[in-house]
Amino acid sequence: MDSSGLLLDQILFGVFPYVALFTFFFVTIQRYRIHKFTFSSLSSQFLENKTHFWGMVPFHYGLIVVLTGHIMMFLLPKLVLNWNSVPVRLYILEAVMFAFAALSFIGIIALIRRRMNNTKVRMVTSPTDWLLLVFLLIQIVLGLYMALFHRWGSSWFSGAMTPYLWSIAKFSPDVNYVTALPLAVKLHIINAFILIGIFPFTRLVHVLVAPNPYLWRRHQVVRWYKNRSLIAKLRDRV
Amino acid sequence: MNVRSQIAMTFHLDKCIGCHTCSIACKNIWTDRKGTEYMWWNNVETKPGTGYPALWEDQEKFKGGWEKNKGKLRLKSTGKARIVANIFHNPSQPSMDDYYEPWTYDYQNLFNAPEGDDQPTAKPISMVTGEYIDIESGPNWDDDLSGTPAYAKNDPNLSTLTEQQRQQLSAIEQMVFFYFPRICNHCLNPACVASCPSGALYKRGEDGIVLVDQKRCRAWRSCIAACPYKKVFYNWSTGKSEKCILCYPRIETGQAPACFHSCVGRIRYLGVLLYDADRIEEIARLSDEGLIEGHRSMILDPNDDKVIAGARANGIQESVIKAAQESPVYQFVKVWKLALPPHIEFRTLPMLFYVPPMSPVMAAQKDGKLKSVTDEFFHDIEESRVPLEFLANLFGAGQTEPVLYALKKQKAVRWYRRAVTVGDITMETAKKMLAAADCSVEEAEAIYKLTSLCTVDDRFVIPPSHREEALEALQDPMVRKQEAGFGFVSGPHRGL
Repeated sequence: MDSSGLLLDQILFGVFPYVALFTFFFVTIQRYRIHKFTFSSLSSQFLENKTHFWGMVPFHYGLIVVLTGHIMMFLLPKLVLNWNSVPVRLYILEAVMFAFAALSFIGIIALIRRRMNNTKVRMVTSPTDWLLLVFLLIQIVLGLYMALFHRWGSSWFSGAMTPYLWSIAKFSPDVNYVTALPLAVKLHIINAFILIGIFPFTRLVHVLVAPNPYLWRRHQVVRWYKNRSLIAKLRDRV
Repeated sequence: MNVRSQIAMTFHLDKCIGCHTCSIACKNIWTDRKGTEYMWWNNVETKPGTGYPALWEDQEKFKGGWEKNKGKLRLKSTGKARIVANIFHNPSQPSMDDYYEPWTYDYQNLFNAPEGDDQPTAKPISMVTGEYIDIESGPNWDDDLSGTPAYAKNDPNLSTLTEQQRQQLSAIEQMVFFYFPRICNHCLNPACVASCPSGALYKRGEDGIVLVDQKRCRAWRSCIAACPYKKVFYNWSTGKSEKCILCYPRIETGQAPACFHSCVGRIRYLGVLLYDADRIEEIARLSDEGLIEGHRSMILDPNDDKVIAGARANGIQESVIKAAQESPVYQFVKVWKLALPPHIEFRTLPMLFYVPPMSPVMAAQKDGKLKSVTDEFFHDIEESRVPLEFLANLFGAGQTEPVLYALKKQKAVRWYRRAVTVGDITMETAKKMLAAADCSVEEAEAIYKLTSLCTVDDRFVIPPSHREEALEALQDPMVRKQEAGFGFVSGPHRGL
């Protein structure tokens, strides 16, 4: 490989991830601190409730399963490799992943159609929303393409991607793991970091405020504008 | 006993003239922003009628409120497990079509239309899309239309009525209806609060006002479906839920909420109720028959020494206890038992109570003769043109007794006052009626006074909020020193 190609790889896989990650953390924290009001899923179900289900549900469930798969391969590569050591199990895993990715593809197509065709929903769609949809669509299409033409990603991920991602996490990026990968895979990686970089500027931030505490909190919520115990103490002192 | 204070309300429906001044007062202050045009935190409905959003009382359709499941209380629309599965698409969420698409008019066309054969018109424009629309429904679409079967017959409260009772309502030239103004009930067991995945909705401990924390709302929109009264609204522009705030900035400065203050018929009363917060769940689980009495029983007597001691122990100020003792709402709800909660079978324990309306009948035509006073004092209540059953479905969880009690007492008071001022009825008859309606002369006078001669100060007994004891007052006063200055405050806008 000539040196210009190497330099480009260095920039795309060695430098750009840090730009994206820095933007992600810095802007997300600042946005949460200063513009807390803007953290919302910005649901448009109220404006259009008929086709909403057919886009929203497959898209989200598809993406959640696929993302969980990616994270598993990053964090527990040995577990996944062990599972894949029996071919049947590998096929099952890949088939399930492909099915959910296809689900998210169907979902995002439905969502894009809905946003284009329904006037009311179009009114609450910003340029950032369109940008986000395009990048997400590219990512899903690339993922599906890889699953078909660069097969058994759940196995080769741990050989190429896991060490690469860890090298980034350890602040000593080693682009050699990825330079030889096929173009579709490289684009998938770059697009992933683009998504991470634009994440805090988009409605994606709603992912970070997923309402887990609801599952264990009491039904009723009461808030006091007085600190009653402190007031009682102060009263006793007087 | 866990004594808490609640700012509660009574609406005297017999005095409501359906002028919508309350709705306009509210709209002008709170909901004239983008995304809120369709919201009416206060609205006035004609009953029988389908209301706003249309058919909101039909919980088979909207899944609002609570239900009992094997003795346990659970939300009809969602729950701990169901919330996860349905977070991406809420199956019981109403959409804008259930309310109406807000519109304005293209007034410029009246001035700018080119010369033609026809008068130019101001065409309606959607306030969502900006496009021309055909208006198909509005917030008050069936206003005053109760006599026309096309609208009124769909009222969910009519479901248990017999054919004869329905005839009573819509007999030709005997159209009958009454007005039903509605705001958030600021419930003791609010379904909206219980459904919010983010914990953005909360009940204020000091005065029981139910609010949405705008910075914590994430548009999971469970509250919209969960509120059986459909009084939490989704701002489609900012992506946040909004609701009636009982004008708390006004309450905190000693003023009545705008809808109360502007009420032409002076039908609205506001005051403190002390209640036992430990009993909320127990009461909400009672059977339909026991709900009204149970709800009343958790409202505590503010003159009882034990209650006062409990209130003090909970940090409730003397001024608030005093306000509770003078509360007009306490008189209407607990002492006189005239005011009843709307649809308490939704089990949210509403803190807005209604004095059921009298039908405007003093005499009825029968066999070509006018039938007036008979030996049976209260005949016209049971034969009332608004069937008792209907009012019972609305204010009595299906039970006619509490509604009948309230109507009898109202009628007895009227006839007693008629004996006093007009004199065409003997005091003996009037007193017999009072006795039959479980009402003493003193009570009748008090009811008469608070109903007919009430001043602003009688109607609104607003306790001091004691903001001087609020959390911010206990902070270091220097904490914001050198921070103020010129700058920009960002408004509540959608997204970044």
